[in-house]
Order: sequence, then structure tokens, then C-alpha cells
Amino acid sequence: MQFFLLLALILLSAVAYYLGRKRALTVAGGQIRNLHSLPSFYGSYTALWCGLPALAVLALWAALQPDILTNLVVADLPTELRDLPPDQLNLVVNNLKNLVSGHFVSSTTDPAMQAAAERYQNLRLIGNAALWVVALSIAMGGIAYAWRRIAPTLRARNSVESVVTIFLIASSTVAIFTTIGIILSVVFESLLFFRQVPVSEFLFGLQWSPQTALRADQIGSSGAFGAVPLFGGTLLISGIAMLVAVPIGLMSALYLSEYATPKFRAFAKPALEILAGIPTVVYGFFAALTVAPLIREIGTALGLHVASESALAAGLVMGIMIIPFVSSLSDDVINAVPQSMRDGSYALGATKSETITRVLLPAALPGIVGSILLAVSRAIGETMIVVMAAGLSANLTANPLEAVTTVTVQIVTLLTGDQEFDSPKTLAAFALGLVLFVVTLILNIIALRVVRKYREQYE
Amino acid sequence: MSTTVLETQTALDQALQASTAPRHKSSVEVTDYNNRQTVGKITVDNPKMVCRDVDVFYGAKQAIKKVGLDIGANEVIAFIGPSGCGKSTFLRCLNRMNDTIASCRVTGQIMLDNEDIYAKEIDVVQLRARVGMVFQKPNPFPKSIYENIAYGPRIHGMVNTKAELDELVHDSLERAGLIKEVEKRMQEPGTSLSGGQQQRLCIARAIAVNPEVILMDEPCSALDPIATAKIEELIDELRENYTIVIVTHSMQQAARVSQRTAYFHLGDLIEIGDTDQIFTNPRHKLTEDYITGRFG
Ligand SMILES: Nc1ncnc2c1ncn2[C@@H]1O[C@H](COP(=O)(O)OP(=O)(O)OP(=O)(O)O)[C@@H](O)[C@H]1O
Ligand SMILES: [Mg+2]
Repeated sequence: MQFFLLLALILLSAVAYYLGRKRALTVAGGQIRNLHSLPSFYGSYTALWCGLPALAVLALWAALQPDILTNLVVADLPTELRDLPPDQLNLVVNNLKNLVSGHFVSSTTDPAMQAAAERYQNLRLIGNAALWVVALSIAMGGIAYAWRRIAPTLRARNSVESVVTIFLIASSTVAIFTTIGIILSVVFESLLFFRQVPVSEFLFGLQWSPQTALRADQIGSSGAFGAVPLFGGTLLISGIAMLVAVPIGLMSALYLSEYATPKFRAFAKPALEILAGIPTVVYGFFAALTVAPLIREIGTALGLHVASESALAAGLVMGIMIIPFVSSLSDDVINAVPQSMRDGSYALGATKSETITRVLLPAALPGIVGSILLAVSRAIGETMIVVMAAGLSANLTANPLEAVTTVTVQIVTLLTGDQEFDSPKTLAAFALGLVLFVVTLILNIIALRVVRKYREQYE
Repeated sequence: MSTTVLETQTALDQALQASTAPRHKSSVEVTDYNNRQTVGKITVDNPKMVCRDVDVFYGAKQAIKKVGLDIGANEVIAFIGPSGCGKSTFLRCLNRMNDTIASCRVTGQIMLDNEDIYAKEIDVVQLRARVGMVFQKPNPFPKSIYENIAYGPRIHGMVNTKAELDELVHDSLERAGLIKEVEKRMQEPGTSLSGGQQQRLCIARAIAVNPEVILMDEPCSALDPIATAKIEELIDELRENYTIVIVTHSMQQAARVSQRTAYFHLGDLIEIGDTDQIFTNPRHKLTEDYITGRFG
């Protein structure tokens, strides 16, 4: 119903566009030069006047209609229904709505309800018809208004552009408000959690066992929320990942930017970047099914005890995943060091390796540090690989051959399955999320600062 | 003289078509390559560098065509010519900086103290320590002033102690006429200096490795007249100890600092001779047009 109205408004706006254009040309006597703006701007101006107010009415109606109708219908209900306590009244209204939308509702054979439902439908029909009339007349009115205003001196371009600017601002704020919303919800839920578990216990406790007792007589579900083993596990796996990614990434960046022929570089750089495009779940099963058993076999051959899910397996694969973060960004910053620096060094009789280690790397260092920090924050937030390859046991250990668990893995396990949304177990996920968010945010801010500072250096 | 000019111009056309005409023996006044003549005496009595038949190609495009000239010891020689004629290209051949450009190919002979610098056994790293270079745009490293100068001596292991290095840095800055301005700020970044100071820093950096030849590619083009005057003064002093090749777009500068001048045109060396003679009495029509401002 409203969909067709929308369609009609769009069509009308298209018509308005042509009308406005033609009108502008007419008032200008066919001479575009007499007009303040190009004819198409007058067309857009008219179309906007036609479409926007009508759309606003439509949106308002869509938002308010259910409430208004419900209120009207409830007001007409028999008094014994109307005077029910609020929660029961709510139930009645729900039943009513179900009835209106034609769902089968078992308990409603009440004739009063039937009558109310019919009334609701009637009102809705009337409302929709009214909406059509109102919206279309507003659209026509808009066209007429714009038509009357079109004159060679009308600054149509400026008006259209300011409307476009508003649209752009609105679009750009969507992401910002979403972020703010996420932060607020995480913070709010975390506060609920910290009301039940003290912050100090959460941040410094050494015991993580989030199973809380459902019944008072349950044993073994103490509910300990010391997150240190998770932080430790995250740190261990990220550390292993960085040990893999930083040297390999940096060396491939150096090779690509300083040694490789342009032809090889053109092939190898995108190829490396493909690594970043592989879905992490694929890395996950690669880690769990290929790397972990391999490490276990090697370990057993060496007489070591290796858990079948080890921090090493997850860390190695994660390291490979983030190589392109390090290599691609570092390659960019090394490349951004001006050729004149290289020339200056070579002209003094420096070799390639001297030039790289003494001129290029120091000059590019801030950018390289920035790229590493970005990679770290990526590693800390990575979930899928660790879920599949690192295990679930919250061991506090520095031994990479043991199973550990990370913040992200625990968030996943805490929130999958049936949950009570106010138990500390569930709320703990939000607290973990908050920690994760704060840490990666800080890392990202530092990294971006560092990278930006570096960019300014040669300008 | 008019006949010479006519001859040369037709000859130029022939040379462009890569003619295979036999080469004549070089005379005193006119050196003839494939019927194309360089007017003036290309040789000197005690040459530091000797270039013969130098061709430079960027890919398929020839940027330098059979250029031959000598660079005398302790002389300042200026390369002039319209933009794109190959002055920088030729200059960069002299310390093999062209090696860093993948598409660039150099043939012919360039000798430094009777040693072919393009020979297989030559180490370009050592060559560049002997033939230093100062670029058009000052390019100090993003390090401290001290480290900028100390860079070269360090990589060549020229000093053993910190005291020796300090002295060498101080000495180089002094010879570049910069010491008074930077004495108190050695640890500040080299990039914090003014453009003219940066260029002198780059000259100091070049002389710190004690080269024999210094190549300068338009060293003053980014500088104001006062900074330019300082650098010209400096070049005059440096001549005592070094051989200097300078590319410049300023005729006055060439006249002020150099003893000999070479005029390039579209990859050809058209005329070479004493600076006085080139500027007062050019023998080739193209040279005359250029220095009187009718070309370029
Ligand atoms: N890296 C390069 N690749 C390809 N061609 C080049 C390259 N460098 C220079 N050339 C070409 O070689 C020719 C000579 O260039 P060169 O830079 O030597 O001129 P120049 O005399 O120094 O000019 P200017 O006075 O403008 O500096 C030009 O035609 C130029 O286009
Ligand atoms: Mg040049």
C-alpha cells in the first residue's frame, strides 16, 4: 500500500524534474546564460520540493500510525477490558494486533475483540486513503510552489547543493552513531556485570570459570571471573603471531620495495594481499586440521607433550594471516621515502643494504611501527582461528604447546547457546568486549597518530 | 663560419638517422663523430676524467649521442644547454648513478684516472666515494646535522674514534662554510635548516668522504641569490682540492664559477671550450642562439 505511494511519489518527482527544467528554460527565454544555475538544477529543485515534504509526511505517518490507531481502538473497547491493569491490557492489545494481521489466536472468540479488530482495520483503511490524498496533494503543492518560484535569479544550484550536503552529513553520521550506540550498550551491560563481580576481581583474578550455579545445590559451578588467564592467552597467541608476522612481513616489504623488479612486484604484492582476503574461518580449519596435528606430531617426535589444541598452532596461522597487514603497509611507507634519500645515500658510496638499514628503515620507522600496531590490534581481536585452534581451557601458562583461550573465544562461548541475559556469565561477555574494545581502540589511535605524523614529515 | 654551421646542421640530421659513415680522426679544433662535430677542443692537458663515444639510452630512446670530452684535474667545468638536452643524464654517468634506473643503458668509455669506470672489476660503491654528487634539490637525510655528515665516513670506515669523527664533521662543515651557523645545533635535524643551508649541508656531506670529483646538478636552482652567492664562493674554494662538474641553467653562474663550458643540445655535445671564449665568442650557431637567449 505505502509501497505504491512511494512509487507514485518517485514518479511524480521525475515528472517534477522535467517540469522544473522546462519552466526554467521558458522563464529564461531559452537562453541558459540568463539563468543563475543550469536548467537541471531547477529540475532537481522542483523534484526536491515535490518529493521531500511528501516523504516526510509518509515517514511520520508510518511511525505514528500504529500507536494512534491502537489508542483509538482501545478507547472504544468495553470498559471491563479498558480498565484492566496495564500488563493485561498489553496482552489484549497484542491479541488484537494478532487478530488484525490474521494470525490464529486461540483465546479470542470474544465478540468485543472481533469488533475492535474490525474497527482497527477500518480505521487503517481510512488512514491510508487519507495518507494518499495528503501526500499527493503535498507533492503537487510542492511542485506548484517551486514552479512559482522559478525565475532566472533563483539560486537553484545553491539550494539543491545544500540539500545534498545535508544528505551527505546524515550518511556520514550513521557510522558514528552506530559506534556510539555499540559503545553505550557495551558499557551499560558491563556496568551491570561489575555490580555483581568487582572490577578488581575481574581484572586481576587468576581463575576463570564462568559456569554459575543454576540451582543452589549444584556443585562445581563456582563462577569465577578472573580474566587474567584470558588476557594471558590473548597475549601469548598475539605474541606468537607477531613473532611470525613482523619479521616475515618486514622482510617481504623490503624485498618488494627495494630489490624486486617492478614486474615481480606487480605480481607479488597483490598475491600477498590475497592472504588478507581469505576468510578467517578458512584459516581456522587450516590451523585446526593441518597445523595443529603437524605440531603435535613434531612435538611427539621430539618427546614433548603437545596439546592437540595449542597456542602455537593458532599463533602461527594467525601470524600468517596478518603478514599482509605488516608487509603491505610497511612496503607503502618504505616506498614513500623519497627517491632523493636513496640517491643521496648511493651518491655517497653506500651499498644497498647500508642505504636500507641506515637511511630507509629509520626514515620509515614510525610508519612501520604504525603498521605493526595495526596488526597487533587485528591479532588481539581475531576470533575464528583461536576458536577453532586454540581451545577453550583457561590455562594461565606461557607454554605455547598448551591449550589456552582468549578473550574473543570466551565471548563467543559465553554468548552462544541459551542464555539468561542478566546472569553474570552472560554479562561477563560484555565486560570482556569492553576490555577488548578499549585496548584495540588505544592501539589504533596510537598507530594512526604515528602513521600520520610520518606522512607529514616529507611535506 | 657560416659554412661550418650549415655543414653541422645537415650532419646533425644524418647522425639522428644513425648513419654508418666512417669516423674521421679527431682534429685539434673540431671533433667529428659520425659526421657530427663537436666544436672546440675536447681534450685537456691533465685530465681527471676522460669520456669518449658515450651513448646513453633510456629504453629505446637515446638521450646522449656519442659524447666525448675531458674533465681536467682541479677545474670547474660547466654543462649548459636547454632543458631535456641530457646534461643530468651525462652527469649521472660520471658516477654511475644511472645504474639505479632500470631502463638506462650506457655505452662508450668513461675513465677516471685512466681506469674505465664501467669495467666489470670496478666497484661502484668505491667509485661513488671518489666521485661525489650534489643534487638539484637539497636532500638531507632525516637525521641530525651531525649524523648527516657522519654518515659517509662511517660507512666507509674512514675514522676509528669518535674524536676523529667529530673533527672530520667539523672540518667538512667548515669547508662548506656552514660551521658558524650550525655549530651550536649539531643534534638538530638536518631538515630544520633553510634551503641554502641544507644545500651546503649536502655539499659538506659530499666532501666529508673526501671525493676527488664532485658532480653538482643545478645545485642553486632552489636557492635565493644570497645562498647562491655563498655556494658559488664555496665552489671557487673547493676547486683547489677537487675537480668539479656543475650543471647550471644560469649563464651568469657558469661564467662566474667555471673555467670550461660544454654546451649540450638534444643529446649532442655541440661546443666545448674555455668559458670566456664560449660566452664572448661562441663558434657554433646553436651555442650562440642559446647564450644570447634565442633558444631555450
Ligand atoms: N629516467 C628516465 N627515463 C626515461 N627517460 C629519461 C629519464 N631521465 C631522463 N630522460 C630523458 O632523457 C632526456 C635527457 O634528460 P635529462 O634529465 O638528462 O635532461 P637535462 O638536460 O638535465 O634537463 P633539465 O635541464 O631540464 O634538467 C630527456 O629527453 C628525458 O626525457
Ligand atoms: Mg637536469
